[in-house]
Amino acid sequence: MNENLFTSFITPMMLGLPLVTLIILFPSLLFPSSNRLINNRLVSLQQWALQLMSKQMMSIHNTKGQTWTLMLMSLILFIGSTNLLGLLPHSFTPTTQLSMNLGMAIPLWAGAVITGFRNKTKASLAHFLPQGTPTPLIPMLVIIETISLFIQPMALAVRLTANITAGHLLIHLIGGATLALTSISPTTALITFIILILLTILEFAVAMIQAYVFTLLVSLYLHDNT
Amino acid sequence: LASLMNLMEKKLLEVKLGELPSWILMRDFTPSGIAGAFQRGYYRYYNKYVNVKKGSIAGLSMVLAAYVFLNYCRSYKELKHERLRKYH
Repeated sequence: MNENLFTSFITPMMLGLPLVTLIILFPSLLFPSSNRLINNRLVSLQQWALQLMSKQMMSIHNTKGQTWTLMLMSLILFIGSTNLLGLLPHSFTPTTQLSMNLGMAIPLWAGAVITGFRNKTKASLAHFLPQGTPTPLIPMLVIIETISLFIQPMALAVRLTANITAGHLLIHLIGGATLALTSISPTTALITFIILILLTILEFAVAMIQAYVFTLLVSLYLHDNT
Repeated sequence: LASLMNLMEKKLLEVKLGELPSWILMRDFTPSGIAGAFQRGYYRYYNKYVNVKKGSIAGLSMVLAAYVFLNYCRSYKELKHERLRKYH
């Protein structure tokens, strides 16, 4: 039981070949591109969803911030599709690996902060000190604000990793418990099964919400800095 | 040789069993050839099941079912130990 729980999180290799690359590239197969005005149902659905998301998320930015639309929309599509595919049985979810989430969070956060420092230096530095602080508190507060700035990419990555990993682990554990209980007491197994169904619905929601939160936070950091 | 020209134009199901080794050896195994094969396969599936006027959920679900099956094959070695057997 102990070893089985975490075997679904190891990087998939086959005969020493990195199969994980193929698994990360797989969601791109599910988003076909099309040049037509009127498309098939799959592409139309995806275009509708993309339009909804981009209007909702990018309307708060100015012209300079809206140049990031392509990046943020592909980010939310990637994280959403990877998380949802991870809910299929036996599949591997790349977003459970901290390495990958750090690789997504740090460059995006650094890009937003450095854009802010280059283009609006005074305003970016002013973020370190909120308005109306009493004078004796200033040194402390600058240190605290610096720490809170540098913790942003770590928080982005760890939030995504922890949420998805915890959800998958819970599903494994409760599923195992249901199976083990069927021979002992079918009523308890039924209750556990209902808990499993509720948990799966939660996981569907979490998969999409986490993608949204990640992208929203990056866009907020961007808004601060453009 | 006339039989070689005939062989190149046939698809797999039309090749006779005796001609199979020469048919396999005749295929294009360069990287661009393999990429072309994947591309042709992708578009064959896409145009038959997804890129139609009234595509249904079956087009997407077949892909996901194949994905689940391939992942099962990949992790069979660890899943073997979870069968209900007296001796593993």
